[in-house]
Amino acid sequence: MKLLIKGGRIIDPSQKLDKVADLMIEDGHIGSIEDSLSDNDAETFDAAGLIVAPGFIDLHVHLREPGEEYKETLASGAAAAVAGGFTSICAMPNTNPVNDNASVTRFIIDKAREAGLARVYPIGAITRESKGEELAEMAEMKEAGAVAVSDDGRPVMNGQVMRHAIEYASDHGLVVVDHAQDLNLSASGVMHEGRYSTLLGLKGMSSAAEESHVARDIMLAELTGARVHIAHISTAGSVEVVRRAKQRGLSVTCEVTPHHLALTDAAVVGFDTNTKMSPPLRSEEDCAALIEGVRDGTIDAIATDHAPHHSDEKMLDYDHAPSGVVGLETALGVALTVLHHTAGVPLQRIIEMLTIGPARAFSLTGGTLAVGAPADITIFDPEREWTVEPQQFKSKSRNTPFAGWKLRGQVSETLIGGRRLIEVLHAS
Amino acid sequence: MAFTRKDLLGIRQLSVEEINTILDSADSFKEVSTRAIKKVPALRGKTVINFFFEPSTRTRTSFEIAAKRLSADAINISASNSSLTKGETLIDTARNLEAMAPDAIVIRHPSPGVPHQLAKMIDASVINGGDGAHEHPTQALLDALTIREQKGRIAGLQVAIIGDIMHSRVARSDTHLLTKLGAHVRIAGPRTLIPPGYDKIIEASEGSITMCDRVEHAIEGSDVVMMLRVQRERMSDAFFPSLKEYSVEYGLTLRRLELAAPDCIVMHPGPVNRGIEISSEVVDSSRSLILDQVTNGVAVRMAILFLMIGAEGA
Repeated sequence: MKLLIKGGRIIDPSQKLDKVADLMIEDGHIGSIEDSLSDNDAETFDAAGLIVAPGFIDLHVHLREPGEEYKETLASGAAAAVAGGFTSICAMPNTNPVNDNASVTRFIIDKAREAGLARVYPIGAITRESKGEELAEMAEMKEAGAVAVSDDGRPVMNGQVMRHAIEYASDHGLVVVDHAQDLNLSASGVMHEGRYSTLLGLKGMSSAAEESHVARDIMLAELTGARVHIAHISTAGSVEVVRRAKQRGLSVTCEVTPHHLALTDAAVVGFDTNTKMSPPLRSEEDCAALIEGVRDGTIDAIATDHAPHHSDEKMLDYDHAPSGVVGLETALGVALTVLHHTAGVPLQRIIEMLTIGPARAFSLTGGTLAVGAPADITIFDPEREWTVEPQQFKSKSRNTPFAGWKLRGQVSETLIGGRRLIEVLHAS
Repeated sequence: MAFTRKDLLGIRQLSVEEINTILDSADSFKEVSTRAIKKVPALRGKTVINFFFEPSTRTRTSFEIAAKRLSADAINISASNSSLTKGETLIDTARNLEAMAPDAIVIRHPSPGVPHQLAKMIDASVINGGDGAHEHPTQALLDALTIREQKGRIAGLQVAIIGDIMHSRVARSDTHLLTKLGAHVRIAGPRTLIPPGYDKIIEASEGSITMCDRVEHAIEGSDVVMMLRVQRERMSDAFFPSLKEYSVEYGLTLRRLELAAPDCIVMHPGPVNRGIEISSEVVDSSRSLILDQVTNGVAVRMAILFLMIGAEGA
């Protein structure tokens, strides 16, 4: 089976490729990329005026299955991913039961395969039930298909446990992903500690609560010689600590969410609970530092931290509403609008952070249009304007801070193994 | 100028004109409470619901008396905090209230923003009776009325607000109101209880905020000293070591009061912890206007209800 993607601007940072060309897909793999291709047997997709990139990879997604299927399922999450241009997503383990063993890992992989949409790579827990005490069976989970380990949502507070986790994970080729947060320093906090938390009378979580753990993780990486990945980096201080670690050649990678690039703690005025997430929206200075970290390569990946919650659950007072916002279906639009159209970050850099950047961070295959690679491709229009309508989401949940936003840049087609999936979504 | 807002959610959004309208109206309602028959028919047939999620006798009673002196029907609902957090969404709360067709709802809740969230979902006028540490607009208004009565003005006065600023909705609302009206606010308290960037919470205004290192600096030369209540729970959260140390370091005694202007007045939102944030001698002295605050509270609440749901305001 052949599909010819014609006349698009192919941007593949993994090959330092950026040119208008034709791309031939053969039997679900990248066949060839040439200035001009033709084949009477091939179906054609007219990509004139569009960008053709490797399929996007999201390192940080909460799919809620098993246990909280009313918020999202593996199928609905995989559909949301495809709608947002993501061909691969990594599923965080804070499900119910927690993914701390091979059975749950296998369940997730099987269910996702049934759905037949985005590829789902499970992230296993660091500790049993993510309690932060005993290590989870990382080797077995890796064998079953886990690509990393994390206790996202319940950071490992005990330094000794974290050290052992990093060492043990490293032995089994797994990277530890840390939600860097000192739970004591940030206790009861519901937003960033700063001028706005003071104004609104809400308890704040200081930047220091994140930075102290980022620093700890980097020191442990140095001590053990192993790799560490910092989830959803959010403060200027954290970016600076990672920057210096990288300058010293340490093995640290990190990711940033689109919402931390687009919003600040000023958004909390008005008490919309769709501005509540962890880490929280930070100050303007932090936001600017994150964008600078994107520009200079300190930050490796854009990852959504897609965290679906039912609208009933978000319909509580700010103190008690659950933290988290969805992000798969707005990621590209927000990233292009804020980073490219407003801040002038080059398209190549943004695509790098959605493709080879994440692939390298977790040693995943994908994120490339190299000949022979699976035809996971994201085609998007960098200029098309659209308005965010949560009711139209493929996700089961609607908790987005971007409702009503006019964004510039939208997915045209998502292909996985050469299959055109936006078509499939529209048909269903 | 009539007060045309549907809701009174905080002082921060109010203009100087709106504030003065409320204070002037409160002046005229003070007289009603001195009559033998303390009633005017202004809000006859109107329903006011006091929806208090936090225990409060004095504010709730004050609103109830205010409503009844205006001939409105006042109903009190107290929901224990635990039953609310165990699942009832704000939409259900709002719909249940709306079903009773109230004209005004006074809401007090331990979490900031609840009156704001509910106001968007209810047609009735929502009055913030205190939302967590965020705002307590009627308290600030009665404080302003008290100061204005005693001093003839607010602009140019030096007002000290002392104590647990971090957890105080009274401090925030008073800070907004006093600076808007041109007063110079001085803040002091244990550093652990002063939130970061407090002096940045106001917009450019006629007044100012100064953060003081020591309680004495805040009190020096003040025309008004407002003491905030200290809560015992703060000890277990390691904010300060003991009530004894608190009272020695931060309490208002006659000795400390000598640093203030000779005609300085003392205020406190109540209830008072005698001997802790304020000494008995000061509470019982002629400088203390704590009881005037309570009297003015009824007048201010009558004014607000009248302006918001009285025949012209509705």
